[in-house]
Amino acid sequence: MATTAVKTRSAKTQHTISMVIIYIFLILIACLMLVPFVWMLSASLKLNKDVFAFPIEWIPSNPRWKNYIDIWTKIPLLTFIKNSAKLTVIVTLLQLFTSSFAAYAFAKMQFRGKNALFLGYIGTIAVPWQAYMVPQFMMMRSWNLNNTHLAIICLQAFSAFGVFLMKQFYEGVPSELCESARIDGLSEYGIWARIMLPLSKPALSTLVIITAVNTWNDFLGPLIYLTKTELKTIQIGLRMFISQYSAEYGLIMAASVIALIPVLIVFLSLQKYFVQGVASSGLKG
Amino acid sequence: MATQTVAVPEKPRKVMKKEVRNTLTAYSFIAPNFIGFCVFTLVPIVCAIGLAFCNWDGVNAVEFVGLENFIDLTTDKTFLAALKNTIVYSVAVVPLTMVCALGLAILLNQKIVARGFFRTVAFFPYVASLVAVAAVWNMIFSPSMGPVNMLLSALGVENLPRWAAGTETAMITVIMFSVWKNMGYYMVIYLAGLQGTNPELEEAAELDGAGKWQIFWHVTLPQLRPTTFLVAITLTIASFKVYDQMYMITQGGPGNATITLVYYIYNVAFVNTPKYGYASAVAMVLFVLVLIVTIIQFRGSSNDN
Repeated sequence: MATTAVKTRSAKTQHTISMVIIYIFLILIACLMLVPFVWMLSASLKLNKDVFAFPIEWIPSNPRWKNYIDIWTKIPLLTFIKNSAKLTVIVTLLQLFTSSFAAYAFAKMQFRGKNALFLGYIGTIAVPWQAYMVPQFMMMRSWNLNNTHLAIICLQAFSAFGVFLMKQFYEGVPSELCESARIDGLSEYGIWARIMLPLSKPALSTLVIITAVNTWNDFLGPLIYLTKTELKTIQIGLRMFISQYSAEYGLIMAASVIALIPVLIVFLSLQKYFVQGVASSGLKG
Repeated sequence: MATQTVAVPEKPRKVMKKEVRNTLTAYSFIAPNFIGFCVFTLVPIVCAIGLAFCNWDGVNAVEFVGLENFIDLTTDKTFLAALKNTIVYSVAVVPLTMVCALGLAILLNQKIVARGFFRTVAFFPYVASLVAVAAVWNMIFSPSMGPVNMLLSALGVENLPRWAAGTETAMITVIMFSVWKNMGYYMVIYLAGLQGTNPELEEAAELDGAGKWQIFWHVTLPQLRPTTFLVAITLTIASFKVYDQMYMITQGGPGNATITLVYYIYNVAFVNTPKYGYASAVAMVLFVLVLIVTIIQFRGSSNDN
């Protein structure tokens, strides 16, 4: 009796110690991940000459909120944000619609040429966009689509990846559901809209996060296509600002904080679906 | 009698009709994505392959030159540097990111307080704007005034690293940045993989007296094999395509110390006099690299089944 009590007690202390170590480790990692963001926020409220003061003053004693006012007049930040927001919303909606629509046919319908078509689709996932961006640009330019937002939309709205992700998820939905709906007289479009879409929230959320984040943060596409200032996205605009005013540290950081906020909102509002979505969509292989 | 003879030939026709209609409906589902995909992806891919064997400046007529572009590549110093850098970067980033991501996933798969918070924090750099994050990184690692070097000099380090500005340290700086930014994403994939593992196997091993490390090495890790494989492949392909991190942190420099294949494609095609054919030849090299990895993946996953 006594020995077991000692044993459980020592096991308990061991467990406590390992938990403490885990927490210390996790807090260290969290700091490592967050320090750049905290530093960004702190620098965005400082005068240029104070940004690099050492030791670091994490909470500025005299916060310079004016950086957040000046930035809007120094560069057309509002235009950049509007452009990015417009592109992100349109691309994400198109991506969601076309991908889930096509994925339904691949997952739940029998038709001629299905396998060949699908193979052709996923075969191209492996081809990096960077390998064909040059002819794609030439093609768009010959249609006078360079320096238009339409070019960026066309570029990103139809991905094989989205179809693949949604198909993986739809295949996990029991086919009996669709069968009984068919018997009840629902058309294929009806089944897609009323049964599949409501069921696929986790996969849709995953696709929204991935597409929205990629579009919002995309750099090379807008860099090649959008050379007019009034068309530029936040990433390109921010980059332009950084290279023009490389010594305006406070302002650069203020603009960076502003560029991060929309992504933070989308991410925090959808993140509970994310792990679930990745798990169920077969991204794990 | 009469009704029967009518009914017999009509039945297959009805079935046919239904099949045709079904196929048409299916195609109508696929069409919106597929048409866009063909025009904006498939056609350019085919053109890219053709263009690699031509010379074209975008103004004059396209001129077929056979393998000339590829022969030129073998003596092009910038291209060889770009190829080497891309491979060096990938060889460093892939294992480092995998180890960090797996470690994080295992820690954050346990029942601990504020698990959701830690997961969110680890994932956040991945979704954060690259331009913004790279701007902070440049300031923090600024050789002359950045807090990192200030801290190092306060600790008594004499030869302060020049980070992105030093020929030897530039690549290391970009690699550190990449691991920091992307490990959260692969952590999520590992977390998904861990949720698919069987906890009873681990419990059984623990009852048999196996240590934590032994359980991880011999029970958990083998179960994660498909996930590890997927992460390795995705990471490798993403590493081959790296460009914007270099563009923002080192501008490919100093010299050609951090130029990559995609960076070189961009420079050849869109900076100075465009050489679209030559850029496409470099693009084909990138494509072949990615293709090799994809074939390995295909082989690996069919072995699994």
